[in-house]
Amino acid sequence: MVLLQIAEPGQSDAPHERRLAVGIDLGTTNSLVAAVRSGLAVVLNDELGRPLLPSVVRYGADGECTVGYEALAQQASDPRNTVASAKRFMGRGLQDIAHRESLPYQFEDAPGMVRLRTVAGSKSPVEVSADVLRALRERAELALGGELVGAVITVPAYFDDAQRQATKDAARLAGLNVLRLLNEPTAAAIAYGLDNGAEGVFAVYDLGGGTFDISILRLSRGVFEVLSTGGDSALGGDDFDQRIYCWILEAARLKPLSPEDSRLLLNRAREAKEYLTFHGTAPITARLASGEVVDLTLTTETFTDITRTLITKTMQPVKKALRDAGLGIGDVKGVIMVGGATRMPQVQRAVGEYFKQEPLNNLDPDKVVAIGAAKQANLLAGNRTGDDWLLLDVIPLSLGLEMMGGLVEKIVPRNSTIPVARAQDFTTFRDGQTALAVHVVQGEREIVSDCRSLARFELRGIPPMVAGAARIRVTFQVDADGLLSVSAREQTSGVEASVVVKPSYGLSDDEIAGMLKDSLEHTRDDAFRRALKESQVEAQRLIEAVQSALKNDGELLDASERARVDAAIVALQTAALGENRRQITLAMDEVDAQTRDFAARRMDKGIRRALAGRSIDDFAELGEKEEFDELEQINETAKENQA
Amino acid sequence: MTDFADGVAPAVNSGAADAAAGALSDARFAADHFALFGLARDFRIDTAALERNYRALQAQTHPDRFVTAGDSERRRALQWATRVNEAYETLKKPLSRARYLLAELGGESDFVRNNALPTDFLVAQMELRETVADAVAARQVETLESLRDERALALRAGYEALAAILAAAAAVADSQRTTPLAQAADAIRRLMFEEKLLADIDDALAALDE
Repeated sequence: MVLLQIAEPGQSDAPHERRLAVGIDLGTTNSLVAAVRSGLAVVLNDELGRPLLPSVVRYGADGECTVGYEALAQQASDPRNTVASAKRFMGRGLQDIAHRESLPYQFEDAPGMVRLRTVAGSKSPVEVSADVLRALRERAELALGGELVGAVITVPAYFDDAQRQATKDAARLAGLNVLRLLNEPTAAAIAYGLDNGAEGVFAVYDLGGGTFDISILRLSRGVFEVLSTGGDSALGGDDFDQRIYCWILEAARLKPLSPEDSRLLLNRAREAKEYLTFHGTAPITARLASGEVVDLTLTTETFTDITRTLITKTMQPVKKALRDAGLGIGDVKGVIMVGGATRMPQVQRAVGEYFKQEPLNNLDPDKVVAIGAAKQANLLAGNRTGDDWLLLDVIPLSLGLEMMGGLVEKIVPRNSTIPVARAQDFTTFRDGQTALAVHVVQGEREIVSDCRSLARFELRGIPPMVAGAARIRVTFQVDADGLLSVSAREQTSGVEASVVVKPSYGLSDDEIAGMLKDSLEHTRDDAFRRALKESQVEAQRLIEAVQSALKNDGELLDASERARVDAAIVALQTAALGENRRQITLAMDEVDAQTRDFAARRMDKGIRRALAGRSIDDFAELGEKEEFDELEQINETAKENQA
Repeated sequence: MTDFADGVAPAVNSGAADAAAGALSDARFAADHFALFGLARDFRIDTAALERNYRALQAQTHPDRFVTAGDSERRRALQWATRVNEAYETLKKPLSRARYLLAELGGESDFVRNNALPTDFLVAQMELRETVADAVAARQVETLESLRDERALALRAGYEALAAILAAAAAVADSQRTTPLAQAADAIRRLMFEEKLLADIDDALAALDE
């Protein structure tokens, strides 16, 4: 223990050189950062002594962004530009987002992941999360008095590959070195287990703001072994608010509301939910923009009634996780409750009844994940504290490939301990077949369209053989962060191809480096002039990149498409001469929108040419790389502009 | 339920210390799954020793131990931990352990293509499946539970027999193995059906519970 260290004679009495590492709980509603100080894991408070940072970011027209309580305070007056619960949109397409009609945002459908249109430009949920993480990083560096070696970022155990990748991208964008992505229930188990010297099988019931996880772990002599996990990555405290909100609309017979009124009532709904934890009834009053007054009383009985199905929804994954672990209720020694939403009495009761024991509530459900993450970060950074432990975690969802007829062949089953690799051999279907399309999916369903598509790539250049003669080995490797990479190799010819699975929204390393540089340079004082200058430079770069692409591949566009692109460029050239940054931003967005298909077609063309008979490694050494750089530049410029 | 005779045989190798202390050499990486954990190459294993040695090896190789190390060390840790997980996963469950051992002894390895079984066995299996389907339709939980217990016993007996066959195969020279290995392959094929049936009964019971 650092506290008890006494300098030996002749040795330096300087405190042991410690590597500063933090644990970050990036929550749907609130986020926290914690670190081990003097041997104890503590949550780092802000300058006003508040531990939580609301996961809310407000974007202003001047490019300024505010995070946390300040942003939360402006949520009701400026709902469109104040993004809350961005975690729910991470790695998600537009059609995946529930209740989007009642959310006050202007969603944009973008390939891979939804985006939100704000007054400061279009924002991806990755950028919004990065703004939250950056605020936490600054808080930690101030509190700890130095630069961080790295951070452990927690994710819901039930997050799929796309959601994990998006989280890692956000952390890197915030200038954090990610030591590990850690599953939230596992982090809670570490915090609980180490503090209580727990041994045996434990369940972690984690109901957060927007996600639900259940994990079953075996704790024994310094080993935390996750046996199974399950959950619902779109179910949380927000949904309870939503149920109250709908009840208010019905009970007060309200007409469709403006975004401001919606947000106001959603806030009232959340307050009522929290009030009911300690009271039998909650008053709900609000004055709408129209002057109409809402004045209602919500009772515990009604609340329990309207949220019963949500609680039932959490119990299905609990049963499944126990079954996957091959255990029964009687094997579970304790149930650790995590997440602010587990404060609701009806949740406590349902869990207690199912497991036939009182849930464990001796840790603060808001802080336990961050505390566990801080302990793990300290361990991973190499700060030995005497007690050492080993964590064996699993992947939450099966990984597979699309087969003929749209069926899924599972390659790595869910609940496999990570890191894990699996190989499976496939063969050709037709005589003389020289290519094989590989479509990687994640999920438990048998049909491809019911699973999440993670990546597609092609293995080309297979020597022509009779059907069934080729031996194509597809290998899945999942690393300790739960992230997947896939490679395919034809065994007789040695032809191969591989992808690190990054959904199409995924940012390349160069892009992140660029955005990072961009964000660090944005100091507040002369932000405006610099931002304007940068916009102008970026506009110029974008114009040049598009013009050069048009010169090389103009034939990929028809006449009307070409006319639209040309018009967008002229508009951008005009805007770049002026001093209105917002106009430049909008003009760049327009160029971006008009060239998106073009960029995709060029990418396809480039990939087709590149993969024809060669491996990706070969390709990288050939002279065709510039074309990709150029394409990346288009994307990069567009993204920087939005950052 | 499908656990086979855990710890039936005494640990041949005296366990954790020797296995864990061994260097993480290339030879060890390439060794068979049993040797990796310091276990004798036998179907009957000391599952407690397997678990102990698995944890000891993971404690040495897990990527969490090498987060701040260089790229090559991190890659090595990933490969080792992956290797250790694969071996543990294979040996932990009796069916995958049996199939692995059979292939190691030079026997059948492709159970997807070669699935010939005598008609009377298949007919019996079909009848059992019909019994399950009928019980599910009639929501007869007790019938399903007694059927599950009965099949679990049958499965256990099947593994006992298989253990003897595999031990006999391992005891003789390669040239003498053809017959016992074919017997073992046949026994494994039957056990695959039994395992699937038992899993389906469990699934049906869980579905009725909901």
